[in-house]
Amino acid sequence: MGGYILKRLISAVPVLLGITIIVFLIMSLIPGDPATAILGSYATPENVEKINRDLGLDKPMVQRYFIWLGNMLQGDFGRSYSLNRPVINEVLERFNATLILAGTSFVLCSVMGVLAGVVSAARQYGLADKAITFTVLIGISVPSFFLGMMMILLFAVNLKWLPVSGMYAIYGGGDLPDLVSHLIMPALALSAVATGVIARLSRSAMLEVLRQDYIRTARAKGVPERRVVMGHALRAAMVSIIPVLGIQAGFVLSGSVYIEIVFQWPGVGRMLVDAILTRDLLLVQGGVVFVAACYVIFNIMVDVAQSLLDPRIKT
Amino acid sequence: MIAFLKLLFRNRLAAAGALVLTAIVLVVLLTPVLPLQNPDATATADRFQKPFSQGHLLGTDHLGRDLLSRLLHGTRLSLAVGVAAALIAATIGSAIGIVAGYFGGRIDNVIMRGVDMLMAFPYILLALAIVAALGPGLMNALIAVAAVNVPFFARNIRGVTVGLAGREFIDAARLAGMGHSRIILTELLPNVLPVIIIAMSTTVGWMILETAGLSFLGLGSQPPQADLGSMLGEARSALISHPHTSVVPGLMIFLIVMSINLLGDGVRDALDPRLKSGALSRPRATTLVDRKGDIPERTDDLLAIQELETEFRVGRRTYRAVGGVTLSVRPGECLGVIGESGSGKSVTALSVMGLVASPPGVIAGGAVRFQGEDLVGAPYETLRQKRGDRVAYIFQDPLSTLHPLYRVGRQLAEAIQSHHRISDRQARDRAIGLLRDVRIPNPESRIDNYPHEMSGGMRQRVGIAMALANEPDVIIADEPTTALDVTVQAQILSLLQDLRRDRGLAIIFITHDFGVVGQLCDRLAVMYAGRIVEEGPTDDVLESPAHPYTARLIACVPELGGGRRELAAIPGLPPVVDDLPPGCAFAPRCDKAQAACRQGVIPLEGQDTRAVRCLYPETDLSGKEVAR
Repeated sequence: MGGYILKRLISAVPVLLGITIIVFLIMSLIPGDPATAILGSYATPENVEKINRDLGLDKPMVQRYFIWLGNMLQGDFGRSYSLNRPVINEVLERFNATLILAGTSFVLCSVMGVLAGVVSAARQYGLADKAITFTVLIGISVPSFFLGMMMILLFAVNLKWLPVSGMYAIYGGGDLPDLVSHLIMPALALSAVATGVIARLSRSAMLEVLRQDYIRTARAKGVPERRVVMGHALRAAMVSIIPVLGIQAGFVLSGSVYIEIVFQWPGVGRMLVDAILTRDLLLVQGGVVFVAACYVIFNIMVDVAQSLLDPRIKT
Repeated sequence: MIAFLKLLFRNRLAAAGALVLTAIVLVVLLTPVLPLQNPDATATADRFQKPFSQGHLLGTDHLGRDLLSRLLHGTRLSLAVGVAAALIAATIGSAIGIVAGYFGGRIDNVIMRGVDMLMAFPYILLALAIVAALGPGLMNALIAVAAVNVPFFARNIRGVTVGLAGREFIDAARLAGMGHSRIILTELLPNVLPVIIIAMSTTVGWMILETAGLSFLGLGSQPPQADLGSMLGEARSALISHPHTSVVPGLMIFLIVMSINLLGDGVRDALDPRLKSGALSRPRATTLVDRKGDIPERTDDLLAIQELETEFRVGRRTYRAVGGVTLSVRPGECLGVIGESGSGKSVTALSVMGLVASPPGVIAGGAVRFQGEDLVGAPYETLRQKRGDRVAYIFQDPLSTLHPLYRVGRQLAEAIQSHHRISDRQARDRAIGLLRDVRIPNPESRIDNYPHEMSGGMRQRVGIAMALANEPDVIIADEPTTALDVTVQAQILSLLQDLRRDRGLAIIFITHDFGVVGQLCDRLAVMYAGRIVEEGPTDDVLESPAHPYTARLIACVPELGGGRRELAAIPGLPPVVDDLPPGCAFAPRCDKAQAACRQGVIPLEGQDTRAVRCLYPETDLSGKEVAR
């Protein structure tokens, strides 16, 4: 097992390098003179020169890449112009908030999605199945940002059950219940689409598995039906569900950008959008590389989970 | 194509999706000629008019602009951008995929590595990076969305191309001296095009949503021009005071995405032939029972199958897989059931414990009595307590009948613990003992194997051990040795023989192999088209078969050391059991058939244990040849 994890970690190195190359290439797409693009056309020559030196733009591209990479490996992602602080500090702080939001949503969509799929399959064509199928259809068609806005209208403005936005109350608060009450709406809005996708997939995976011979064997042994469905069938279905959970995690992370905007959540996504609008490119670059790297690591964890679940995968 | 559309629109949801989408597209195409107000004309005095107010059907936004007009123009823009992004992504992605798939080798390797890298990103990071570099704007958002979706097309199309590139017509084109570009354009592209179009139709809704999202963030279309996303983005600041400005564009996005989803699901279902037959139904925990007619009286046999009728109801057709079968076993007895594939022998066996997959299986008549108690229609819990405890099964092909993800020890222990409250430790010890009983070497270490780590013979023994776990009274073995080679087969048969002698186990042994039957079974029943056509003590039936079908079956078996002789295959195929002709089901294949054979019901008749369902049997049942 340890060997397998190590192998997967090593195989991630070229992917991580690839990510830095891609981000680097995209950033060199900036039309015209990057220094002017960043500072605007009224920049003083000193500032232009300073930027060029900071970004290493006076050196050849390959050299620039390696300098940038070397700095990042030492934890130096550059300095944010608009915030006037090291990029890495800002990103780490914001990523924490994103992790709370996206992590909660991921857990929600995994649990709700798989459960809905299992119930739907176990009660195929029944009332529960029809209700779930209908809800799922709505869920995967509503844009998360629109859903978030409608939730604010209903639960925060009309019913006044939950706070409108933010991560903590401005006065007082700051404790866990405060965080949870702020987290409920954005986490639900963010998980809606993924829940639908996972529920659909879990339903069909369960239906596929329930027709297998080994399910008949389990029944022939006299295993109680609840255990047949929640044990034998679900275990086998998880083999095809888990990779999709990994993919959906990427979509949850993506969707968090919109949700962070709608709910004023102080996360990386909102930071990136603000950085783009203020042309703070080093912040964009650092944020993108950092989050992408985290996602790659997360996917390795998914692979490891998969190999724990399925003994047929050679470890 | 027409058949496909018919199939598609039979799906009511898909038809509704198509209808809504067509309506939206039509309205949007007509927008420039409709009598609408200027979408960008501001009138701050009229700001935030409610829907249905004078002159503004949907009201006005924060600058007093007509929402209906903005909505239609916005939808037009959103759809156009989404479709354009889809076209660009499809073109570039497919080109990359075709090149990678066609040339293969190192080119393929390098390209696909790059595609994998791009797919390692959560899509929005890539899109944000591109927009950051190019600057906000609708055109740049379009480029970003298209770029993000290129890898998806590249990977899909490459897969299809790799399959096609190895086919003969590509080789032929190459031999005919065509250049690479000509082969790609004239031979490959036409074959890949349908896949590209399907991939596009499934992603276009997604791309509309993504561009709307970027605009919502303020990174796409810039004021005063508005697509649906930026309308929603601008309305957000007035969400609480004037919700209608948000609801209008939001609902439109929802409608578009929903109708595209419905249509896409319909297309997928119409293309997936598995769904047409309804084969993806979940089998219930017990077979459905829908008994007509009387329930037969109880007997004192250990297990008695009485006039059992099991059907498969698929759509309007009914396949009578088992048409009134009566069988019984006493303790220590072995009954062989023999017949060709599709004769109904497995369905008979599975009906005993209600294990016939249902839907479509239905037990339509008769009874199954274990120690006199009728199990057909018994409550689930009664049946479950008997399953594996009193009546156990051994199935064919243990690779698919053992759970691939559980260790065999756990599967064995579970068989015991489903019926007895014992500790995991005790169950494990018992499982090791069982593996030893079926002569698996090193049971202490084998118990922690997964099924795929064992050989076929070994797995079959595990299957047998599982059936023995609770020392059942009856074992139903459904072709347990068919998948094994002869030496293993012989070992397993002798194992079953010993168990029968030592434990007084009754066995129903289902097979199509006369050799196996001769070794193991006391009595024999021959099945054809869901009915028993002959039964009797094994030796009698084998030495002097009475039914022409039995005789022909035995004649098909090559005899070892018997010298060369004519092996008489039976002409024709067994009948399909949804529309059986009256009379003898074997008549169409029988060379002795006469007019009387094709009329009325022919009963199973005989004395004592010997019986045959034939008007002109080969022997009278005392074993003498019938003189003709």
